[in-house]
Amino acid sequence: MDILQIVGRDQIRTDFPDYRVGDTVKVHYKIKEGSKERIQVFQGIVIQKRGAGISKSFTVRKVSNGIGVERIFPQHSPNIDKLEIVRHGQVRRAKLFYLRSAKGKAGRIKERRRFTA
Amino acid sequence: MLGLIGKKVGMTQIFDANGKVMPVTVIKAGPCHVICKRTIEENGYDAVQLGYEEVIAKKVSNPMQGHFKKHNSPLFRTVREFRPSFDQVSSDIEIGSTLTADYFTADEYVTVVGNSKGRGFAGVVKRHKFAGFEQSHGVHESYRGGGSIGQCAQPSRVFKGVKMAGHMGNARTSIKHLRIVKVDIENGLIMVKGAIPGHRNTLVLIHKEQ
Repeated sequence: MDILQIVGRDQIRTDFPDYRVGDTVKVHYKIKEGSKERIQVFQGIVIQKRGAGISKSFTVRKVSNGIGVERIFPQHSPNIDKLEIVRHGQVRRAKLFYLRSAKGKAGRIKERRRFTA
Repeated sequence: MLGLIGKKVGMTQIFDANGKVMPVTVIKAGPCHVICKRTIEENGYDAVQLGYEEVIAKKVSNPMQGHFKKHNSPLFRTVREFRPSFDQVSSDIEIGSTLTADYFTADEYVTVVGNSKGRGFAGVVKRHKFAGFEQSHGVHESYRGGGSIGQCAQPSRVFKGVKMAGHMGNARTSIKHLRIVKVDIENGLIMVKGAIPGHRNTLVLIHKEQ
């Protein structure tokens, strides 16, 4: 499978911060409307990361006006302007699908204290 | 149609000019050695004969060894002939030369021919996309059956060509009009949009369409 990794190598992005599942992030996404380009920000919790190499993607969930909204972004998409981490979350799962049905307190995520020497 | 012999490497995805994800199949195209040419005067038809994957003498049958010797060519595992279609000319391809992935250019269209994945003896639901029956409402013992295959007294036989269960796949399959997204000359790879027949490492023929 080595050859397959060569193929997309020039498109792989390395400019992302080290984000984890459970983190609250702001995704700055470029949107083209005709000839105009603008940036839309999508803020939410990363509930899953999947795939490897160029096919890697992550899902961001937010609750907008009481309605859960999830968006899947290909991690190496050139349309992502930047990714900002707003808050580090402390979670014990790789996939946070339980947030979809969690209500009230259960839907909260503890903040991860980063170790500073 | 003229073209090259190659191998399917596998599928992956890349981003197109608009940043949209595009599914692509990576094919290792060539290098193919031009062993000889068939001409209308000599053979009654026009074609270019290509060899792919050099092998040792033990792997090649005696008659084929004689053929390679006659044309002063190395020994190859695979030999295929490509006939030029109406507007293609084979005169610029030299005998003894090697064709590589740079024979193709990005944004051109190709037909890819290969052997599809074998499915063994498959039932009608898989093989002919029959709907089968309901899982409940009184259906018993025939959830994936094909139903009736004909009538009784008239015609009192089964018509030819009625779709039934049987061997599926592992058949020569062509996919026409696939767009070449990218050509990687350095690694001898071409990328086409979409899927092509067969499993990974399977032999495929890539035909130029224009």
